[in-house]
Amino acid sequence: MQKLLLLGAEAVAQGAIDGGLSGVYAYPGTPSTEITEYIQREKLAQERKVHSQWSSNEKTAMEAALGMSYSGKRAMVCMKHVGLNVAADAFINSAITGVNGGLVITVADDPSMHSSQNEQDSRFYGKFAMVPILEPSNQQEAYEMTYHAFELSEKFGVPVLMRLTTRISHSRSIIKRKEVKNENELSLPGDPRQFVLLPSIAKGRYRGLINKQVAMEMDSEESAFNEYIEGKDKSLGIIACGIAYNYLKENYKDSTIPYPIVKISQYPLPRTKIEKLVNETNEILVLEEGYPFVEEMIKGYLEKEKVKGRLDGTLPRDGELNPDHVAKALGFEIQKAGKNPEILVPRPPAMCVGCGHIDAYIALNEAMAEYGAGRVFADIGCYTLGALEPYNAINSCVDMGASITMAKGAADAGLVPAVAVIGDSTFTHSGMTGLLDAVAENAPITVIISDNFTTGMTGQQDSQALGRIEDICKGIGVDPEHIIVMNPTKKNHDLMVKTIKEELEYQGVSVVIPRRQCIQTVRNKSLAEKLRELNLK
Amino acid sequence: MKTDLILAGVGGQGILTIAATLGMAALNNDFYLKQSEVHGMSQRGGEVQAHLRISDKEIASDLIADKTADLIVSVEPMEGLRYLNYLHDEGWLITNSRPYKNIPNYPDVDALIAEIEKVKNHIVLDADAMAKEIKASRSSNIIVLGAASPFINMDYKLIEEGIRTIFSRKGEDVVNINIKALKIGREFTEKKLNA
Repeated sequence: MQKLLLLGAEAVAQGAIDGGLSGVYAYPGTPSTEITEYIQREKLAQERKVHSQWSSNEKTAMEAALGMSYSGKRAMVCMKHVGLNVAADAFINSAITGVNGGLVITVADDPSMHSSQNEQDSRFYGKFAMVPILEPSNQQEAYEMTYHAFELSEKFGVPVLMRLTTRISHSRSIIKRKEVKNENELSLPGDPRQFVLLPSIAKGRYRGLINKQVAMEMDSEESAFNEYIEGKDKSLGIIACGIAYNYLKENYKDSTIPYPIVKISQYPLPRTKIEKLVNETNEILVLEEGYPFVEEMIKGYLEKEKVKGRLDGTLPRDGELNPDHVAKALGFEIQKAGKNPEILVPRPPAMCVGCGHIDAYIALNEAMAEYGAGRVFADIGCYTLGALEPYNAINSCVDMGASITMAKGAADAGLVPAVAVIGDSTFTHSGMTGLLDAVAENAPITVIISDNFTTGMTGQQDSQALGRIEDICKGIGVDPEHIIVMNPTKKNHDLMVKTIKEELEYQGVSVVIPRRQCIQTVRNKSLAEKLRELNLK
Repeated sequence: MKTDLILAGVGGQGILTIAATLGMAALNNDFYLKQSEVHGMSQRGGEVQAHLRISDKEIASDLIADKTADLIVSVEPMEGLRYLNYLHDEGWLITNSRPYKNIPNYPDVDALIAEIEKVKNHIVLDADAMAKEIKASRSSNIIVLGAASPFINMDYKLIEEGIRTIFSRKGEDVVNINIKALKIGREFTEKKLNA
């Protein structure tokens, strides 16, 4: 079979394609973006016309995928961990509706917050929704799990959550492909009311979901991805989840480990295997990437079991694991790390030289000077880097779209003027409804939509906002006289400052759109063509 | 045989191309490989690193443990020093000497070079100048890879093949100039070792 060198994220993509995928729905977010990008360029996916265009946000993606599943086809949704918060309503309810075609939700967590505002653990969402969770320990498993996940989903009639973490998603290794499966035929659900979650129907569906739990646990018990590995030394039993299993193996030559181990890559937890481990050993060590999810379950509220892990300080309470953390937890003497020279200075990420956001911030800072600091609510994207030196231009970054709504709340409280800074793609992701709230109350806020025609931070994916921002703002009800487009350049600096100042004075909703192409996209031919068509260039 | 190496540089300097070249060489020749990369926010002109592990036996961890790396390969002098804690006592630091100054408080370059020279085994080269000399200003990363190649447990021919595979899309000229870049990097190190 063909061998490929793939990122974990790409292995998921290939596994999905080979497993009979008909559509992927996603909004970009590190470390999940590469899944959809891979499907967009993969040959077989192109031949089969697998849907792979970006969605406006994770909720619309989740719902579209559910619609494809309703129609009998296999669908996947991809997002970063915080994206699942956005899609949570649809996700939790999809466990109640169940599926028709196999439905896989791939969520990439980011422990240590390499590119995120928190390190929430998506396994809690899987447990919350009461659906099976898969957590690969390596790229080959990522491929095989996704390949099989659609059948698992169809077997139980529920969506399956595929949980990745940064180190799996963004680590490359060699995978062996399996035989390519056909796509499903178009078919309606057998029960025409399956997806109608009226209370009377939902109650029955929910009981059905509860009744499936035993069978899901049995499936975990028998899953090839979960393994009981015998060990002679019973002083310790180890539960190793996902990638943590690799760090455990790394600490033993030839990977021969003296202790009994339960390797976990499919949830719900395989109860019999865990019971056997607890009964046979004196103490349990839980190795897991993310929150102490399994550790808390095993330890219990009354802490009757002797369990070591993140909660008792055996492992760090936060951040991602690495071979050294695991070595320390196993009692190995760690070679004292070499000291790095003191001459080193940090090199934080920064906006690119020539970036339009920079000119927008310089103008905004000058316009805001007379009102004093603390009035600018920003959002998630490259422009969040405006929080750093030398700009110090923003005062918040919370979640997608929160800039506009927080500015409105602050204005409601009397902080006038209040300013929101949001990017084009973030605006269509979650900013539009907030703008409607502001228009409905004529809140005195100035919204700066810094438009660079792309979803920049994640690697320049298409933006749904392209060519639509003014019409959206007009449609929502912003006075057209207060929708102002400007070209953020040094030459236009004085004009920008003057315009922003005027809009800050206005006692209503104004939208200022500094508009200049992201310099990372200047060689993107298909974008150039679209910009020409839209007369934006 | 195995080689654990840390690739270091600034976002946009081409360390993922080095990684991809070695990855392709490993794929074409049945080696095991794990390569952990940095994507996303840090790519915007920030410090970036990749952990690359190549072996003829199966590899467990995607990350390299402290003080166990055989090599640090850096396309920028300060970034090479940033990951010294990973290098074992007999490991080699191979670094470009040309600084990439995108921060206001970039340290004194001579002082940085002096720190690099304190590392027991090191190779310092001005890959940018060497690249300019062969009219391949975009291939300084491949020159650094060439300079590191004598320490990687992989036949030089395989790395050349890797270059061919990675750059083939861009045409024969680009392939050839990068093979040349690889070669002058390698010769630089061989000369140092034989001196």
